Formats: sequence, C-alpha cells, structure tokens
Amino acid sequence: MNERNERIHGVACTFRKASDVYHAAEKVRDAGWKQWDVHTPFPIHGMDQAMGLPRSPVPRLTLLGGLTGFVTGCLLTWYTNSFDYPIVVGGKPFWSVIFPFPVLYECTILFAAFGTFFGQFIFNRLPRHHHPLFDHPQFARVSDDTFMIVLEATDPNFHVDESRNFLQSLGGQEITIVRD
Amino acid sequence: MAHAPDHSSERPAILDKVRPAELPRSPLILNNRGFHWITDKVCGIVEEPTPLWWKVTFVVALFIASFTFIGLTYLVSTGTGTWGLRSPVGWGWAIVNFVFWVGIGHAGTLISAILCLLRQKWRTSINRAAEAMTIFAVMCAGLFPLFHVGRVWFGWWLFPLPNQNGIWPQFRSPLEWDVFAVSTYFTVSALFWYMGMIPDLGAIRDRATTWWRKTFYGVLAMGWRNGNRQWSNFEMAYLLLAGLSTPLVLSVHTIVSFDFAVSNVPGWHTTIFPPYFVAGAIFSGFAMVLTLMLPLRAIYRLHDVINQYHIDNMCKIILATGTMVGYAYATEFFIAAYSGNAYEKFAFINRAFGQYAWAYWIMVSCNVITPQLFWFKKVRENHALVWIICLFVNVGMWFERFVITVTSLANDYLPSSWGYYSPTIVDIFTFFGTFGFFSVLFLLFIRFLPLLPMAEVKMVTPQADPHAH
Repeated sequence: MNERNERIHGVACTFRKASDVYHAAEKVRDAGWKQWDVHTPFPIHGMDQAMGLPRSPVPRLTLLGGLTGFVTGCLLTWYTNSFDYPIVVGGKPFWSVIFPFPVLYECTILFAAFGTFFGQFIFNRLPRHHHPLFDHPQFARVSDDTFMIVLEATDPNFHVDESRNFLQSLGGQEITIVRD
Repeated sequence: MAHAPDHSSERPAILDKVRPAELPRSPLILNNRGFHWITDKVCGIVEEPTPLWWKVTFVVALFIASFTFIGLTYLVSTGTGTWGLRSPVGWGWAIVNFVFWVGIGHAGTLISAILCLLRQKWRTSINRAAEAMTIFAVMCAGLFPLFHVGRVWFGWWLFPLPNQNGIWPQFRSPLEWDVFAVSTYFTVSALFWYMGMIPDLGAIRDRATTWWRKTFYGVLAMGWRNGNRQWSNFEMAYLLLAGLSTPLVLSVHTIVSFDFAVSNVPGWHTTIFPPYFVAGAIFSGFAMVLTLMLPLRAIYRLHDVINQYHIDNMCKIILATGTMVGYAYATEFFIAAYSGNAYEKFAFINRAFGQYAWAYWIMVSCNVITPQLFWFKKVRENHALVWIICLFVNVGMWFERFVITVTSLANDYLPSSWGYYSPTIVDIFTFFGTFGFFSVLFLLFIRFLPLLPMAEVKMVTPQADPHAH
C-alpha cells in the first residue's frame, strides 16, 4: 500500500441491474482481485461462483455444535440420573442411550443451531456498527434496489486511477472513492 | 437473447434444435413490481404514522390479555384447585391449550424451514409473519404447563439446575422430554427468525431519518452491509438452520404426543400419535396463518405480494392435512376394533357416542368436513369464506385436543372412578386472554419489524435472475 492510499478504503461503483453486476463481478474475479465485494439488496444466485468465493465455512461450526450438543446431552442425563442421584424408575436402566434419546436429539439440534447462528456472525465479522461504507452516499440504496462493487485499497491490484478506469470499463456508474 | 448461455457441452445436441417447452408458472409477484416498490411497501408499514386501526386493536388486545393476567393471578394466589382439574381428569384445559398453541406454531416452521428445503418459492411472502406467529404461539403455549405445575415459583425445577434438595429432573419421563423439546423449539425458532430478519432490519436502518429509528434498527441490524461475502455465509447459515428446524419441528410435536402415547391410558397409548399430531399441527397452523394474513393483506394492500396463488397453496395444504387428520381418526377406530382390547374399543365408542359426543362431532365436522370445501376453486377464491373456514379449523383442532385429553381420562378403566370434567371460569379467563397476549405481540411485530422478508421477496422476482435480459 502506498502513502496516498492511506486514508482510502476503496473505490465503489453502482449498477442498476442484477445481470450487469453479475457479469462485472466475473471480470473482477478474472482480473485477479482478492480484496473486494459485491453489495446487493438480496443474495444473487450464482454470485459466489461469479466472485470465485470458496464454500462458506459455517457448516464446520454447525457440526462442532451438534457434536457438542450430543455429548452434553449424554453427560447431563448420565450425571444427573445415573451418577449423582440414581433412582430406579419403571425398571429401566440408570442410563442408556435409548430412554433419554429425545433429550439428546434436542440438545444436538440446539447446539448445532447455536453453532450455525454464531458461526454466521463470526465468519461475517459481525456485529460491526461502524464501517467506511456507511458514510458513502450511495451505500444506503444498496439495501433497496442498487448493486455496488467495491474494490478495496488493501488489494495489491489497487491503484486509485487505474481501479476507477477498470470499474468504468465494467460499465459501473457513479464511480466514487470511499474514504476511511 | 444477446447472451444466450452455451449449454452445448452439457446437453444432447438434439435439445438445441428441439427446445423443451417452458411450463407456465404462476407469477409470485403480480404487476411486475420492482425492487424499490417492495422496499417501499414493507418499510412503509413500519415508517408510517401509527394507524388508527392499530391503536384500537392494540387496546382491545391488551384488554383481552388482561384476562390471562387476572386468571393467572387468581390461580397463583389461590391454588390450582381453581382450575377444573380433579380426579379422574388431572389434565384438562391446561394441556389442551398447550397442545393447541404449540400446534399453531408448527405451520410457521413448516413454511420457513420445510418449504425452504423443498424450494417452494411462494413461501417467501408469508414466511416472516408465519415465523413470528410460531414464536408468539409457543410463548402462549408455555404459560399453561408453567402454571400447571402449581407452585410456579418452582418452575425452574423443570430444568436440570442444581437446587437445595440435591435432586434432578427424571429423564425417563416424556414430560421432561417435552421441556427440552419446547424450549429448544422456541430458542431455535427465535434464532432463525432473527437471523433471517437482519438484512431487512439493515434496509430499514438505511432509510431511517430519526435518531431513535437509526439507533433501534442500527443496533438490531448488527452492521449488516449486504456484501456478497456476507450473503454467502448468511445463505449457508439460513439453509442449515432450515435443515435443523425441519427435524426439530417434527420431533417437537412427536414428543408432545409422547406425553400421551407413552402412558397406558386407553385412547392415548397408540403408535399413530406422532404422525397424527404433526399433521394436525400443520393443519391448524396453516389455518392460523390464513386467519392472520388475509386481514393484513387487505389492510396493507399486499395483493401483489400475497396473491391468489399463495392463498390457493395454503388452502390446498389445509385440505391435504385435514384429510390426513380425518384418515387418522378413521385409523384410530379401526385399530381399536382390530386390537381386541375391550378398553381400547370402549374408549373410541365412548368418544363418538359417550358423554363428550358433542365435542367429538364438533371436532369431526370442523376438521374433516369443512376443509373439504377447499376442493372447489370458487371457495378458495372467496377470501371471506376461506377466512371463516380457517376459523372453523382452529375451533376443530382445539376440540381435537379436548376430545383426546378429556374423554380418555374421564372414562378409563373402572366405571366407579369415572367423572365429568368441565372447566371453571378461571380456566376460561386464562385461555381467552392468551388470544389477547398473542395479538399484542403480533401487533407489536407488525408495527416495528419488517412484516415481509424484503430480500427474499426480491430474490424471487424475475429481474433478480442474473441471467435475465
């Protein structure tokens, strides 16, 4: 990063149509950009491939959560009903995997859901209530009907003038510099 | 077709010459509405000054909710004897109302999770409100078992928390399974609902002009920026939560039915209970979705977003599940006759012709006969009639739980210990008030949160397809 980019977050441009931003994203991907994003009012089908994004890592935390939940359920039912205070009920064993299965099942789902929910926040780096983009005048329209590509200054390809021209060649409108 | 995609490498060559016919699909959004129209429509509901009808309904709902408050206050200060519960019927309206409300909730999860996995795009328009309905219905449901424990201040003993007696819940009991099922259901539904709402809260935040609005929606939106890197994780998490909610919702009503089926009371001890309860839950839940959505559609003029296609689909699901419920009633009778068990046989003859025959026939006429009207297109297009039929279904499903719970307990084995159960005024107050409690929560939801999932509705419009021209 050179000195004149220090206070610049990146360069942004807008598109009016989903198909336009989709094809533009493919070209940015092919130009080898890594630090950039496409802001859209809704998830565009196939955009992950158009941007060359890897598969989301959220399922790993879901699996971790599910396994934790199952083990927690087993330990909970075993500790309470078999170890700490064993009582005979209906001639059933003090602990088996069968009778508390509904509890194990619910614990698995509960913890897997926690893993998924918090995984989404962790991998999206949220909550984050301040971001340079929030001060950008066009950004508020992105949640309504506008599509935006932002090339970030941290990418080695970034150069203010060249990146602006690049966005222009992609058909982007309202090309502006986003300041940090 | 300037950029016709080249599929020649993946399709047989003949298909390039003979194009397969495109099957016409009903449009999900009428009048070709654009993205901005959808944003304006949904955010407008939250941004407009509070309408008069809302204020009036809210006051009425609060008044009705006060009946639950009065009923529960009287119950706690006097004792559970003020409910109509006495030997032989120890489970009266409390469990009936609990199962009724939990069942209502199930349609919300069906719409948000199961229809998502089945790629039913029409779900998007009704998804958010149906999920809200789920959460509020489960809150109403939870009140009944919580207060049924008698000394409500010991309600936390339901959970495996260390207490001064050094004892723990007993996990061989289906009632304890139910504690886990319902609390997990509530938690996961709330997470799913909130996570799905984050992009829409961001959209309201981006349009906010006043300080409190910016703060309120800003905090709730968690700094969502609509970036595709975020959408990618969001979509994956959404799909996974749908995948987790699907087995969850099926397990919840299965476990609720275990409360009955695991006992050995005639009429309860049957293996058909889990699927029969789940079908009934979806049946009653969809009826409640229509009961709520039809007036909202008229008030907020959502006719383009919730159109006849959506209403048709919901009516057909009610028809299908209503027919399944009717089939289950018939199967119960057949199995009772086939079992050769005198008590089981008596339980069913007693249901249809005994002292609660009136309740049984209300149940059959509301649940089995009225939904059959949905075979007719004319009926499905007459929304006043659809609404009335849905009310009948709600009534019928409440009576189903009443019939199952009360008839089996009132006349079980020994005629010497038979009885006749009727609720007291405290039961009636408490149950009546929950409709107010539910309405208060639902009205707050309409007023302050995005009623329709904007991002998801935009996603199913034709112009959202990046390959469209």
